[in-house]
Amino acid sequence: MSTSGLDVARVRADFPILHQEVRGRPLVYLDSAASGQKPQAVLDAIAHFYTHDNANVHRGVHLLSERATEAFEGAREKVRRFLNAREAQEIVFVRGTTEAINLVAQTFGRKHVGPGDEVLITELEHHANIVPWQMLCEQQGAQLKYVPVDAHGDLVLEGLDALLTPRTRILALTHVSNALGTVVPVKELVRRAHAKGVPVLVDGAQAVTHFPVDVQALDCDFYAFSGHKLFGPMGIGALYGKKALLEAMPPYQGGGDMILSVTMEKTVYNRIPHRFEAGTPDVAGAVGLGAAIDYLEGLGREAIAAHDQALLAYAEGALGGVPGVRLLGHGRERSGVVSFVMQDIHPHDIGTILDREGVAIRTGHHCAQPLMKCFGVAATARASLALYNTREDVDALVAGLHKVREVFA
Amino acid sequence: MSSELRDLYQEVVLDHGKRPRNFRAVEGANHRAEGFNPLCGDQLTVALKVEEGVIRDIGFQGQGCAISRASASLMTGAVKDKTCEEAELLFARVHQLVTEGPAEVDTEALGKLTVLSGVSEFPARVKCASLAWHTLRAALHGAPEPVSTE
Repeated sequence: MSTSGLDVARVRADFPILHQEVRGRPLVYLDSAASGQKPQAVLDAIAHFYTHDNANVHRGVHLLSERATEAFEGAREKVRRFLNAREAQEIVFVRGTTEAINLVAQTFGRKHVGPGDEVLITELEHHANIVPWQMLCEQQGAQLKYVPVDAHGDLVLEGLDALLTPRTRILALTHVSNALGTVVPVKELVRRAHAKGVPVLVDGAQAVTHFPVDVQALDCDFYAFSGHKLFGPMGIGALYGKKALLEAMPPYQGGGDMILSVTMEKTVYNRIPHRFEAGTPDVAGAVGLGAAIDYLEGLGREAIAAHDQALLAYAEGALGGVPGVRLLGHGRERSGVVSFVMQDIHPHDIGTILDREGVAIRTGHHCAQPLMKCFGVAATARASLALYNTREDVDALVAGLHKVREVFA
Repeated sequence: MSSELRDLYQEVVLDHGKRPRNFRAVEGANHRAEGFNPLCGDQLTVALKVEEGVIRDIGFQGQGCAISRASASLMTGAVKDKTCEEAELLFARVHQLVTEGPAEVDTEALGKLTVLSGVSEFPARVKCASLAWHTLRAALHGAPEPVSTE
């Protein structure tokens, strides 16, 4: 099946994990917002690195170290291109989105946020973009404020200028809500925050998998994403930061590679981005992430975005037709996920029954408990879509939901 | 429907999930605890009135899936008018039932609670079934912190 220029059958052939039975049924994987599956090209890149090039980076004088360094820095260049950052040194390798946000909170945040200051986030955030800021505010005696969300799942922007006060030190917000699929108008928010001199961090974990992202066009100050959601390995991710900001930030963790020299008395810190990459990095992870980026770019990110929109529209229509199903999140622009509840049936029970049909979805609060509270639910069922999903996957989900209704009839 | 699913969602379980018994506040309660399942955000409160070591009244409130509501509902019926020691023993048996399956447990002593045995085939759902029981135990022991299944 093909939607909007993406040859999904060919794409599916690239993902070996999809071709298996679970619980005696063909696997229907609709949980890519939690973690994406990996194409053969990524698996091969990791195996190739460990088979031929494995060595530590930035240290050895021997050939393998040279190759490993080249592969690692080559992956950084791929991430730069992927986000359209100006320079590769604006890309810091981290373990994932969560670490990227913690890094900014504990370096930039601790330097610039003091007693009585404010940090502004939104009610759409998942825990990774809430807890690090709560911790920072507690440490520094600052206050955490939220941009509210409306009943559709859109941010309420009317009061934004009032929320951006002279004490606001940073605005941190998601690009796409992992729980509702709302696409946040980041460019507009950045413009309005910058008008008040407030820098902006964007959590792009759910965005980069679905559509092209250009950090220069957004003009955001920081942008974070995870490799594993982008069909790359787990345990690797990237933080983009504007060069001048990164250069002015104190180091994050201390250790090897983040220093130029160490004496008994004093350490001279390395240049960016190495200053933020203490210790031996996940080189194979970076290589795998680079391969994932190559893979996505080879397919065409516009084609992937068109597939996402076509499939999302199909899924919303199909699920909306199941009696008792209520979709949550009707934001103006959406991407990647369909979140729903079923009358009198708890999402956990839905998840268990679907699992027995071979359909993997996520049920729960999606690490966005404050958001769930806004909608008056403890949990939802969430089907998340990726480039390898088809209408047949959605049809299997719908058939599964009819089974759920049978059990609870 | 698979036989495992049928075992998990037995009629009695579905009935108690839909119409939980003792789903109410307890007047004059002298033991109380709150339980959370961080995995799914479920939360429940168990309140008891204990007199001379005997559970005279028990109720629960909160939100959860069919399994957690049924387990809590069945629990309230099972421990009412039992001594605290008997409730503890029942806790241990139910825990064994939902983790290891019916073959390992004295099902006669469990009575109606054996309908929870299907949970043992669903490791991801053990926490749902045991939340109310952990919370009961915390209430009996007067634990100051909310109980978490994590």
